[in-house]
Amino acid sequence: MAQQSGALMQFVHRRRRGAELFLLILALVVGVGAYAAVGLGVKGKVPADIVSYGGWLAVLVIAAHIAVRMVAPYADPVLLPIVAALNGLGLAVIHRIDLARGNQLARQQLVWMTIGVALFVGTLLILRDHRVLQRFTYTSGLAAIVLLLMPMAPGIGKTVNGARIWIHVGSMSFQPGEVAKVLLVVTFAGYLVLHRDALALAGRRVAMIDLPRGRDLGPILAMWVVSLGILVFQHDLGSSLLFFGLFLIMLYVATERAGWLVVGATLFVVGSYLTYVFIGHVRERFQLWSDVWAHYGPHTDDLGRQSVETMFGMAWGGLIGRGLGQGAPWRIPFAESDFIFGAIGEELGLTGSLAVILLYGLIVERALRAALISRDDIGKLLATGLGGTLALQVFVVIGGVTHLIPLTGLTTPFLSYGGSSLVANWVIVAILLRISDAARRPLPDLSLPDDADMDETQVVKLT
Amino acid sequence: MSELTLFLIKISYLAILWIFVLSAISVVRSDMFGARMPATAREAAAPKSRRQPKQKARKGSPTHVLVVDGANKGERADLSQAPILIGRGADAAIRLDDDYVSTRHARIAASGDQWFVEDLGSTNGTYIGSARITQPTTLTLGTQVRIGKTLLELRK
Repeated sequence: MAQQSGALMQFVHRRRRGAELFLLILALVVGVGAYAAVGLGVKGKVPADIVSYGGWLAVLVIAAHIAVRMVAPYADPVLLPIVAALNGLGLAVIHRIDLARGNQLARQQLVWMTIGVALFVGTLLILRDHRVLQRFTYTSGLAAIVLLLMPMAPGIGKTVNGARIWIHVGSMSFQPGEVAKVLLVVTFAGYLVLHRDALALAGRRVAMIDLPRGRDLGPILAMWVVSLGILVFQHDLGSSLLFFGLFLIMLYVATERAGWLVVGATLFVVGSYLTYVFIGHVRERFQLWSDVWAHYGPHTDDLGRQSVETMFGMAWGGLIGRGLGQGAPWRIPFAESDFIFGAIGEELGLTGSLAVILLYGLIVERALRAALISRDDIGKLLATGLGGTLALQVFVVIGGVTHLIPLTGLTTPFLSYGGSSLVANWVIVAILLRISDAARRPLPDLSLPDDADMDETQVVKLT
Repeated sequence: MSELTLFLIKISYLAILWIFVLSAISVVRSDMFGARMPATAREAAAPKSRRQPKQKARKGSPTHVLVVDGANKGERADLSQAPILIGRGADAAIRLDDDYVSTRHARIAASGDQWFVEDLGSTNGTYIGSARITQPTTLTLGTQVRIGKTLLELRK
């Protein structure tokens, strides 16, 4: 059953569930160890609730592992542990800022993580074959636009920090854009799978670039312009950048035409210039970035406090950091959400920050690996799109925090405080595991049984 | 709590973080190189006595590919020369004079007792029935494979 095809496949992937369990235990040590180190650093003793906290984290991780063992036995062994480690580290850093500020955000984040893991397991259980997502190409596109429009609706929408991207129902608040992100990847992938040939081959060649026909590109282009328009209208710069990049990556991967990158870069430059000229919010952010010191300290508008404090923190952290609980990350506004990477840079130093960035790199590498070995086009495009989303998001947010690029509000995947982002990212990981499971699973052996037992009725399990 | 203890805690936590990163990388590495070859696995798994009868052609197993419709109708290739390359190119075992066929369009190859057709990244695709195939697909006797305007099938 497991031994299959000589000529068509180079090798059969192993299940590697044992390796996953081993890495998960290490990931738990990373998460619970950070929690203990925070307690030791701030109060001088191991927190009293370490057993219940560690136990709950272990239950979540083991539940996810068992789900993977049962319904996606060939899935990638590295993704889940990395996500668990990042999530655990994020919880500890949020807890550390809670201790300084007297909040209870870590507790809430743990609730969100529980919901995230539940949805992760649910996604794996319900989505037994990622190819069915192709049926929902247009449905999910429509759902994404509706979700993006929801914050604009009076009554449930709310403006927070200059961006109208939140909805409030009762005491719950949610950022629908995070879910829309996943839905848009499904839409782009589903559409491009069907139309990639037409997009790549039919059409005219203008100045080195093969322009596709309007009727092939039109629907998806309209879809993309609408979502981008909504975001720009809502002043959600980070997400606009994310969707723009995502669309380009998927178009490039689907058509194999490098010209798209040139077109994309041009559009990006033109678009940036136009938004700079016409949207005050963008101009403000850019000026803040180009001369942050003019916006820090007394006698100024003090808008640059966030960036400057982050840089102070990271400089103070240096190579090996202050140690968890020994820095002063509460000085950075929003240190628990958008600026969590600044807090990590301060308390774990360059050594810890590099480890975190490397972990993100590994997630993206595993996503692209799943795309490469996937046997069907929709799996390839979905995995590339989801991996690309994570990569872009990490680049935009960490680039912004470290002052490499102008600041745009986005959450750091799995680390930041924020329920919608955490839940959406757990679902992304579930889809990635589903694709890698399908890609690594050996082809089913369909050969007829030997003549002797041809007459007997047999129960054959194909997958 | 003394400076030194805190320093040791800090260093040991960074060590844990990096041990995790490096173990993750080592699992990735072993995943790349550590997978076993299916040929040897098959060799090891199937005892000799059971493999013996499989060697002789079973009744009902296909012997050649036949072009049943299209410009090159009637052309055939023996399955003993597998894998069989289909396309417009000179090196193809079945050469098709069909504008809708790529130079190296598809190939038919064996795996154990089964025959597979695999698209080689052709422009217009390889179809079984009305479905374009995206991965190696099993062929049985009489399954019609459409390539451009040509229909092929396995025959006894």
